[in-house]
Amino acid sequence: MKYIDPHVHMVSRTTDDYQRMALAGCIAITEPAFWAGFDRSSAQGFADYFRQLTEYEPRRAALFGIKHFSWLCINPKEADDPGFAREVVSLIPEFLKCKTVLGIGEIGLNKNTKNELIILEEQIALAESHNQLVLVHTPHLEDKRKGTRVIMDALSASHIDAGRILIDHVEEHTVAEVLDRGFWAGMTLYPDTKMTPQRATDMIEMYGSERIWMNSAGDWGCSDPLAVPKARLEMSRRGHTMSLIDKVTLENPKTFLSQSPNFKIDE
Amino acid sequence: MSELQKTCPQTREQVVNMYFMEHRAKLLDVAAFLDRLDRAQPTSDAVDFRETALKQAVRILIDGQPHRTRRILDMLSDESTELPQSAHGMKGASGAVKLPAGAVT
Repeated sequence: MKYIDPHVHMVSRTTDDYQRMALAGCIAITEPAFWAGFDRSSAQGFADYFRQLTEYEPRRAALFGIKHFSWLCINPKEADDPGFAREVVSLIPEFLKCKTVLGIGEIGLNKNTKNELIILEEQIALAESHNQLVLVHTPHLEDKRKGTRVIMDALSASHIDAGRILIDHVEEHTVAEVLDRGFWAGMTLYPDTKMTPQRATDMIEMYGSERIWMNSAGDWGCSDPLAVPKARLEMSRRGHTMSLIDKVTLENPKTFLSQSPNFKIDE
Repeated sequence: MSELQKTCPQTREQVVNMYFMEHRAKLLDVAAFLDRLDRAQPTSDAVDFRETALKQAVRILIDGQPHRTRRILDMLSDESTELPQSAHGMKGASGAVKLPAGAVT
């Protein structure tokens, strides 16, 4: 059994999580830049974080035979101060030269503010000008549907092909619109604020297996870096074929991520 | 016939066999939460909007119509379209929407 976890924040996890993921069949992960649980006080703090994502984590993952890739950005929660956010964004082009960086992410909205939207649009433009894939964060609770629509409108105003954009954290009230507009959709298996393996399996049954993947978004919160293999088990228990299970947890991530020339895995 | 019928590979009997105990427990958790609310001391006469939203959601559970999950998520969603300038001073997301005073719930 092999799978890819295309959204997990390993900087917040211990090394034995890498070991457990490898034992469960994880062959590659992709790690978007995100909020560390506190607001960083300087752009230099982000430079250090980007070094951690591009230098340190690939080495730590490699100890267990897992390929590690990353996405860079200023996350929406720290993007509400446009001046500060622009300082951080100015650091990104240099890091895009790293051979394990796949694109810009996870950009999006947090509180659906105009300030966040300004920086989202500027980071979309950065992705466009550097021909990068885009990974999108959507708000988590009552603000998800509104935020997802504003984000999709901003993305559609760019010239980036929708097939090069993945909108993450979809739920039952946003997935159809995301897919209908041509984007890829990510289902995040996260207790409390996102969805269970059972609901993710329901969504595959209702909305199909095209342009969709699952991820754990494991981070410093109550989360589970083994959520993807647990979803595979849920699909298997329910009687789905191994080819369908592999499609949504291995082949679809490979298809989307392979649009970046930096995504290379040995199987 | 609903377009969603037969998208689950299991029979109804298999679904019940596999999931009944798990969801029986979750339903009892909701019931216990509502009982706990009844036993708790109120700090005002006003009912918290989240409690109101949860009770509205329970009605959707038993209305016999499809897409219950999507409809509950829609019911809990912010319907506004305007964007505030900044997040400064805003509280974290609460999972439900506080309707204006006088709005029908």
